[in-house]
This record gives sequence, structure tokens and C-alpha cells, in this order.
Amino acid sequence: METHTKVGKKTNTKPRFQKGSQAKKDALSGYLYVAPFFILFLSFGIFPIFYNLYISLFSWKLFGAEPEFIGLQNYIWLLTDDPTFIKSVVNTFSIWIISTIPQLFIALVLAYVLNQAFVKMKDMFRMGIFMPFITSILAVTIIFNSLFSRDFGLINFIIGTEGLDWKNNRLLAHFAIATMVNWRWIGYNTIIYMAGLQTIGKDLYEAATIDGANKIQQFFYITIPQLRPIILFTIIMSSIGGMALFIEPLVFLDIRGGSANQGLTMFLYLYETAFGTKYNVGYSAAISWVMFVIVVLFALLNWFITTKVIKD
Amino acid sequence: MKNRAGRFISYLFLIISSIISVFPFYWMFVISTNTTAEANKFPPKIIPGDQFIANLQNAWENADFITALFNTLIVAGTITISQLFFCSLAAFALARLQFKGRNFVFMLIVSTLLLPPVSPIPLYIIVSKFDWINSLYAVIIPFLVGAFGVFLMKQFIETAIHPELIESAKMDGARNFQTYYRIVLPILKPGLATLAIITFMAIWNDFVWPSIVLKDQSVQTLQLAVRGLQNAYNRDTALIVTGAFITTLPLLAIFIPFSRQFISGLTEGSVKG
Repeated sequence: METHTKVGKKTNTKPRFQKGSQAKKDALSGYLYVAPFFILFLSFGIFPIFYNLYISLFSWKLFGAEPEFIGLQNYIWLLTDDPTFIKSVVNTFSIWIISTIPQLFIALVLAYVLNQAFVKMKDMFRMGIFMPFITSILAVTIIFNSLFSRDFGLINFIIGTEGLDWKNNRLLAHFAIATMVNWRWIGYNTIIYMAGLQTIGKDLYEAATIDGANKIQQFFYITIPQLRPIILFTIIMSSIGGMALFIEPLVFLDIRGGSANQGLTMFLYLYETAFGTKYNVGYSAAISWVMFVIVVLFALLNWFITTKVIKD
Repeated sequence: MKNRAGRFISYLFLIISSIISVFPFYWMFVISTNTTAEANKFPPKIIPGDQFIANLQNAWENADFITALFNTLIVAGTITISQLFFCSLAAFALARLQFKGRNFVFMLIVSTLLLPPVSPIPLYIIVSKFDWINSLYAVIIPFLVGAFGVFLMKQFIETAIHPELIESAKMDGARNFQTYYRIVLPILKPGLATLAIITFMAIWNDFVWPSIVLKDQSVQTLQLAVRGLQNAYNRDTALIVTGAFITTLPLLAIFIPFSRQFISGLTEGSVKG
């Protein structure tokens, strides 16, 4: 093994010998060019991740007494004695399920239809569907606040359910929040799927047509399996994004996710603990690490399920 | 016959989806041109009114939009320029220069992309130790670079710029920085435009972090001004929606003309990999 690497090194140095100074220059420029990025990224991107772990081991109030080291106590409280946290976990998953599944499926169908040769004005449709993505979540939530209003809302008017209280019923609140999420993200995912569809060879579809497969069969037996890596990517990204959901419930309801915490998500709970009324950053930091573990496990689970379900 | 039905359903699906996508923008417009009393009617009024100027004046009096616009432009402008420069420079080095540890550095950067957003707490404590609370530094400096920017720029450089091109520039005696400046940057223009729009848009639209660190009126950004219109005592729907509408308009004005390039740039960057 050792001799092998030595031989490898020798053969490598010879041709480089003449360009030796250039290689050195390259390395020097390399470090130099990455340095400003890396220093900033280290201070404000990576260091906070570890600093957060440190904070979570303290009883630490933002504007209070000196932080006091309490070891894993925050985690113990969080996991054994905090029904509000459990509620926030359930809410987060509930909203995730009723947003992500329809969101990705509709996006996939939209992309498939938009990719058909006969469709005209593709750019216009693409732009229309993508437009929600550039709007601020704040503006989106303010508009849906009006649309989902109990007394004057357009949605109650259209479906003929006068006085339906979208905010105070737990499941309805989840549905309203999921609608905002879907509205904003369907177009984005459609665009990602469209790019993926363009990499699938036409011959596959031609062969299937000759074999007598109709468009719907082609969608399920060619398109979905061929898009597997991209579907996986969107599922993982929406797992991470969905678990971190919090601005929609914050603006649609309030900082506690409504009077009965009916829309309180994990991230909103974390935010409320630190910046609401308690300023308990130690506990909040512990929430963020438990949340992190949940997200990673959930993303891995989704990875596993997706690869099992969609086979080539 | 069957084919025609399929086409009909396809178009119907596309048209309904587009209408649902665009409708809330129309709704924003409808509310911002009516009074709150008209907006709070049942059945709702679905045609534009003539109160836009009045609502605009009202919003203007209730929030300092000029200061907010000025602050937002400084913040979004500085961050966008900085991200374009530092991210493309770092991506050039990571994609096309040989040095020890470059793969490790890239892996480290990408792995933070896959992390769920870390809580804002450590960043808040860091920023307050620097004494940046209520200063625009708090919303600018932590975001001067970003993992996504490097990732996207590296994808673009790897697909658009062949190593041979870099080699031949060096043969001609170009220094590394000249290569970056004269060769990489011009070819990278579509990628830079995409990153610029994404960054500008994200900063323009952000309000959570600014709301944590910017409490004074004099440092508020546009989204904070809108958020300020919507508080516990204020149920003036027309006012709030007008605020949201006027902060959305500039983005639509930027996005619509460039949408084609932007959409294809975004997909090129995110799908490969």
C-alpha cells in the first residue's frame, strides 16, 4: 500500500516540476479567494450552530441574571414535561402532510402537462405559476388572512360555508396554513420537475406508445421512475422546509399559534420561547436541537420510503 | 377524439392552476382599491374600487415608507453585491483551482445547506455582543456570504466554463485573478443574474430576523413597516393590504421582464448535482 502511494507520488511530481510555481500560485490564490467567504461563513454560519449547543446547556435568560450551567436539564424538561412542545410537533407534522403531498403531486402533474409538445404559450403559464414564489411570505399571509376570514372571507363565500372559523378550529387552521404553503411552493416545484423532465429521453415515451401505453400509464411507469432523484430532492427539501415552518402561523394566528396553540409549530414555539415573553434562550436552544434531530430522522425516513416506493 | 379530450383537460388544468396562482395578486389589488368597509362585506366585493390613492396616503401616514425603502435598498443592495463577488470568487477557486482541503471546504458549505435553519438565538447573542442591535450592520454583515450562493455559482462554473479555457488563459500569461475577472465573470453573467435576483428577493422579503434586531423606527425595513401596520389595535384591512401590495410591486417589476432567464437559471443551478 505504502509503496504504491509512493510510486503514485513520484509519477505525479515529474510533469508538475516545470509548472511547480504555477501550482503553488494556484494553491495560494485558492486559499486567498475562499478566505473572505470562509471567514464570514465561519463566524455567522458555522460558529452559531455550535454556540447554540453551548447555550442549550444553560439556564439562560436574554435580559436577566448571569447564565447558569444546568447540563442536560433543558432537554429533560423538554422531553418529559412539556405538553406544548408535543402539541407543536403534532401540528408541524399535520401541516406538513396536508401541504407536501398535494403540493408535490400537483407540481408533478403540472410539469408533465406543461412538458407536452402541443401546449402553447409555455412561458406564460410557467411565469404565472411561478409568480407566487417571489412574493413575501408576509404579503401572502396577509392576503390569505383576508381570503380565510370567518365573516367576510371569499373562501367561505365560494364554498358556501358562511361563518366557518378557519382560525380557531385546529384542523381548519392547519388546512388554511397548508394552503398558503402550497400556493407559494407549487410553482417552484413545477419548475424543478420541468427541468428534470427535459433530461428524460424521448425514445422511452415512443417505445411505450408503440407498446400501447396511454399518457396516464406513461406518467406512472416512465415519468415518475425516471424523475426519482429529483422527486427525492424535492421531498427532502420540503421536509426540511416544512419542519421549519413558522412565519405563516405567526402572522395568520399569533406568536403562540393561536389562543389554544392550535397552529403552534416547532419553530414557532422555539421563537416564542426566546423572543416572545419568556426570553428563555437556553430552553429555546434545546428546542432547536431536538427539532434538528427530528428533522434529520424525518428526512432520512422520507429518503428511505421514497427509494423503496419508486423503483426504476 | 380521445386526444382532443386529453388536450382539453390539459389546458383546463393549466388555466385553472394559473388563475389560482395569479388570483391572490388580483385580490391584493382589489382590497387596496377599496375601503375597509367595502372589503369587509359579505358577499365580498370582487371588483377594484377607486380608493387606492386614499389607502396609499393612509399607509404613508402610518408608516415611514421612505426611510424603510431607503434602508431596504441599502441592506439588499450591499448583500447582493457582496454575495455576487465573494461567492463567485470562492466558487471559482473551489471549482477550478487545485488546493488542499478544497473538497472538505465545499462539503462543509453544502452540508449547512441541508441543515434546517438554525435558531436565530446564537446569532442574536453574537450580534448583540458586537453592539449591532438597532443598527443595519445586524441585518447586513451576517448575510454578506451564503452557502447557497457558492453552491449555485460552482454549479454554473462547472457546466459553463471548461477547464481548458482556464488553462489556455494561463498559457497566455493571465494571472488567476485576471482569469476570474476577464474570463469567468463574463461567462458567468446568467448565473450571476440568477443569484442576484434570488438574493435581492430573499433580503427584500425577510422580516423575521429584522424584526428581532431592528426595533427603532429609523432602522426599519419595508417588511417591518408593513408588519407594523398590522398590529393588535389595527384591523384596517385595506391599509395593511395596500402596504403589502406596494412592497410587492417592485419585485414584480423586476421579476416579470427577467422571468424567463431567471427561471431557467434557477433550474440549471438546482437540478444538476
